[in-house]
Amino acid sequence: MKIEVNHFNAGFGNMEILKDINLKIPKHSVTALIGPSGCGKSTFLRSINRMNDLSRDFCCNGDILINSMNIYGDEIDVVDLRKNVGMVFQKANPFPMSIYDNVAYGLRIHGIHDDYEISKVVEKSLKQAALWEEVEDKLFESALNLSGGQQQRLCIARTIAVNPDIILMDEPCSALDPISTLKIEELISELKKDYTIVLVTHNMQQAKRSSDYTAFFLNGEVIESGLTRNIFQNPQEIKTQDYIMGRFG
Amino acid sequence: MIKEYIIEKGLFSINTILIILSSLMVIFLLNESIPIIQNYGIGDFIFGLTWSPDNNIFGILPMIAGSVIITGLSLVLSIPLAISCAIFLEEIAPSNIKKLFKPIIQTLAGIPSVIYGFFGLTVIVPLIRNNFTGSGFSVITASIILAVMILPTIISVSQDAIKSVPENYKEASFGLGSTHWQVIRNIILPTALPGIVTAIILGIGRAIGETLAVLMLVGNVNIIPTSIFEPARTLTSNIALEMGYATGIHYNALFTTATVLFAMIIILMSICWMIQKRGVGNAC
Repeated sequence: MKIEVNHFNAGFGNMEILKDINLKIPKHSVTALIGPSGCGKSTFLRSINRMNDLSRDFCCNGDILINSMNIYGDEIDVVDLRKNVGMVFQKANPFPMSIYDNVAYGLRIHGIHDDYEISKVVEKSLKQAALWEEVEDKLFESALNLSGGQQQRLCIARTIAVNPDIILMDEPCSALDPISTLKIEELISELKKDYTIVLVTHNMQQAKRSSDYTAFFLNGEVIESGLTRNIFQNPQEIKTQDYIMGRFG
Repeated sequence: MIKEYIIEKGLFSINTILIILSSLMVIFLLNESIPIIQNYGIGDFIFGLTWSPDNNIFGILPMIAGSVIITGLSLVLSIPLAISCAIFLEEIAPSNIKKLFKPIIQTLAGIPSVIYGFFGLTVIVPLIRNNFTGSGFSVITASIILAVMILPTIISVSQDAIKSVPENYKEASFGLGSTHWQVIRNIILPTALPGIVTAIILGIGRAIGETLAVLMLVGNVNIIPTSIFEPARTLTSNIALEMGYATGIHYNALFTTATVLFAMIIILMSICWMIQKRGVGNAC
């Protein structure tokens, strides 16, 4: 198992968000987290790279093991963890820099300054993110001139440039048109050969199309998890059934 | 309907009065400066080295130099402090410390300049006199006090600029494994730069226009200072010192000094607007 979550509870201040989460996420797979808004799936996702630590009142207990190491353990360096566990956000958020500098950013902050090496990684990452052909001749133009879908793929390229192990995606297509969404989904199934992907999505079709495993979150609990086709075709819990049938949420 | 009309017209006339008032002040300044420009020429006035009202010689270069040097030195002292303070308050300080500091900084901005001058007179002047050379009334004394006076302006305006850096830039950078310092240096400071430049220019405006505190500390000797421990005279203190007894062409010379000061501030403000415009263009 790539990621193993045992009895994980989390919240902000006095507000409890996640209750006793237990989940196993296998290597080189896409795991979709589905559930209605406010059910805690984003908070859970942001627990995997300790992004929640940026909020001062975040507190949690229980374990999240990545490669059998507890990431909330004392010996963990959060900076290394986040390098290893990349994140793609809901809203494409390229830096106000050139396309090239966006992808090179992560390398530079990790102390790589050799121009030849950087340019090789930039090209490779943009190719992997299926963006290279579209931006090849305007690498030094501002990333903010790209379309929304291109910006999101640029963010994926930026994430894979630092060579992570796991990629977390927080509703990466929620602001995109159907064609851009399709491109990102193709990209996701391409990327899972090299990375372990955890995908939060509101789009049931997307979960069905692009994930291998699905976990259904409701009110901060995992109601059901397993193979995507089992969850969608043969849900064990009545709540899961209601949700995927569109009866609530 | 009639009420709306009255409110609209009322606001309009208040605005008009304000615009007329400030235009009148500018016209008055320029009008009183005409005799100097006609008789001496603006070039001789600005670049003249001697100021001797008794002999009708008016040159303000030493005072321009005094103003520029003192303002510059106070900026050198206050900018690093103010920006570090703004970063600390926005990015590092826990919220209770931030809440504590905000009123303190606002109070610092509200202290009348005569009190700053008084503090400088009783604390900084003897400090400089006893530990360094000279009488203590010097460029550095005035600059230290000015630096403290412009700190709150620079801190609070840069703080706003830092606060307005989009959260998702910071998250993206953290998500790639940046340390907090890398996020501050690579994302927050570059993105907030136009706002920080505005803060600095507002600080310059305040420093160059400050009269009383400087007048109390700078010694008011009309020379171009060659060391920071020498006294100097600024444009503002020149006006304040001599306005009481000036008559005739001397009186006009003081107005021309004010016009020069006014022009310097206008130039600074235009630079500020230009940078802000450019900054907005970059962000979109």
